[in-house]
Amino acid sequence: MTHEKKQKPKLAVWKFASCDGCQLSILDCEDELLVVAGAVEIAYFPEATRAVVRGPYDVSLVEGSVTTYHDAKRIQQIRANSKFLVTIGACATSGGIQALRNFKNVDDFIRIVYARPSYIETLERSTPIAEHVFVDFELRGCPINKYQLVEVLSAYLHGRKPNTPAYSVCVECKRRGTTCVMVASGTPCLGPVTHAGCGALCPAYHRGCYGCFGPMETPNTASLSAQWQALGVDEEGLVRAFRGFNAYSEAFRKESQAHEHDDD
Amino acid sequence: MTLNISSNTKYVLESADFQQLIDVLVDMGYRVIGPTLDHNAVTYDDITSVTDLPIGWTDEQNAATYRLISRADEAFFGYVIAPQSWKKFLYPSQVRLWQATLANGSFEVAPEPEKSQPMAFIGVRACELHAIAIQDKIFLEGDYVDPTYHANRENLFMVAVNCGQAGGTCFCTSVNTGPKVETGYDLALTEVIDPETHYFVVEIGTERGRQVVEQLSVRAADKREAKLPKSITDQTATQMKRYLNTDGIKELLYANFENARWDDIAQRCLACTNCTMVCPTCFCTTVEDMTDLTGQQAERTRKWDSCFTMDFSYIHGGSVRYTSKSRYRQWMTHKLATWIDQFGTLGCVGCGRCITWCPAGIDITAELEAIRQTKGTAEAKKEVSNENVG
Repeated sequence: MTHEKKQKPKLAVWKFASCDGCQLSILDCEDELLVVAGAVEIAYFPEATRAVVRGPYDVSLVEGSVTTYHDAKRIQQIRANSKFLVTIGACATSGGIQALRNFKNVDDFIRIVYARPSYIETLERSTPIAEHVFVDFELRGCPINKYQLVEVLSAYLHGRKPNTPAYSVCVECKRRGTTCVMVASGTPCLGPVTHAGCGALCPAYHRGCYGCFGPMETPNTASLSAQWQALGVDEEGLVRAFRGFNAYSEAFRKESQAHEHDDD
Repeated sequence: MTLNISSNTKYVLESADFQQLIDVLVDMGYRVIGPTLDHNAVTYDDITSVTDLPIGWTDEQNAATYRLISRADEAFFGYVIAPQSWKKFLYPSQVRLWQATLANGSFEVAPEPEKSQPMAFIGVRACELHAIAIQDKIFLEGDYVDPTYHANRENLFMVAVNCGQAGGTCFCTSVNTGPKVETGYDLALTEVIDPETHYFVVEIGTERGRQVVEQLSVRAADKREAKLPKSITDQTATQMKRYLNTDGIKELLYANFENARWDDIAQRCLACTNCTMVCPTCFCTTVEDMTDLTGQQAERTRKWDSCFTMDFSYIHGGSVRYTSKSRYRQWMTHKLATWIDQFGTLGCVGCGRCITWCPAGIDITAELEAIRQTKGTAEAKKEVSNENVG
């Protein structure tokens, strides 16, 4: 186990293409943060401290997706320097919202957005970390749930499997006693195909699930789409719904593509 | 009160005096739980006042739809059933079983204290009483009594309410669980409402119930009023829109382990677990063990689980039921067939929740019928009797 030498495991936090929200979730741990700092040596975490401890690292938390040639190389180095690599959040795990570029020609975006497109060097697609290196554990969410992050770290420190179930958000809704928004209000909800972890936040506030945690273990997206259509959502609406923060995850990607009809 | 209350007599409680019932139960130390208006549904929750009741509201239920709509009258119990059953109080969705602390190289385990406040349920429907009786059998009989369920079930005061209307997904008549409350209650109420009158016919089921009625402003029901519980529920029974054909049901399902209908259902099934979560008899749970960051504290939590998750059938090497086809088949076959072998009754009480709350609108009564029809009833029966299953 990790306590043998009484040396605290070295933790590093790495950022790739992302909004920093998942890193902020670490800082947002508040009460638990001191305990985290007590249990591990925070060796590299620019968002929190300038101090840098050289690798190799016992645990690397990786936020963000790979979108540049430089990052594609950098993740290889990080992997080589990390014993246990955990991706945190939708960007690192499925490519993030920036993976919307994957459905279009990235050069078209560059021409529209930048005054001097020739300065921009980027990859055609935004890809999850696991497309580049072996990932030991993927923590879902946009952003991640801080309690789940603490759970993953606790589990790692004590050599057990983390409790981060892959069933649907519906399980969490029912356990907390939230009435189904889709059945009771006709509100389209991605909950039945979405990975649990947020604690069924949106339905508790009478909103449909946005799918922030990506596809659940066995997502039947086609069946859910049929139900959404019965509620009056059109093909365009379905494409938009599945093209959120986890647009490039396999199940959501295929479902959105199934409803995309190129007229032009 | 001057009236000598007898268990064999029916009484009338005016709606204006209904608050007395809540107050008496509160005074007796009960945590009173009844129907109340949530954002978009009538749910069961803590109540303290008659104004907490969903006065003037009803629910319209169908496969995958539930709508709260206002009634023309001011009925207290004018809805059918809540999205979630009383299971959430008797067998809560999440229970910490114990906590442990690391001390002197070993663990000290501290069991959770049992909750002691007895509960009183107001508004339990006939099908729900049957569901509770089924869970009683599971948790209170045999070698292993469930302490959480036992603590919650013990001293539970049950105020049942007869159904004045059937919901769009109800089928209690076909599984003999309603709509009339027959047994298992302390008090059974029948709401009578018309433009001139609004009162409850009260039937007494236990000595405890009789003692409560003693403290209420009631009068003895006259002959006409005493017949209302039956005539009103008889009327409700005629409104039942769905039907579960239980004829040879166990043998039918045992003989149809392979049936193309399961594939058809799997096309629609989301494996989202909603049917099992809302089912008042489903009882499966998982345990989650947690340690904190320091490793000084550990705890075990029991949570509602479902046969629709992959982890549920996970054994060394993977999940045994990895297709949703196999998971739906497992669930339905358990409810309607193996349950009979296991507990001596159907696992279904006809409340219709699994139909209403399935986001894909899968209807257990229709699916059973489809399986029956795939071979043709007569042929299936003949085959089953020849196979001598069981």
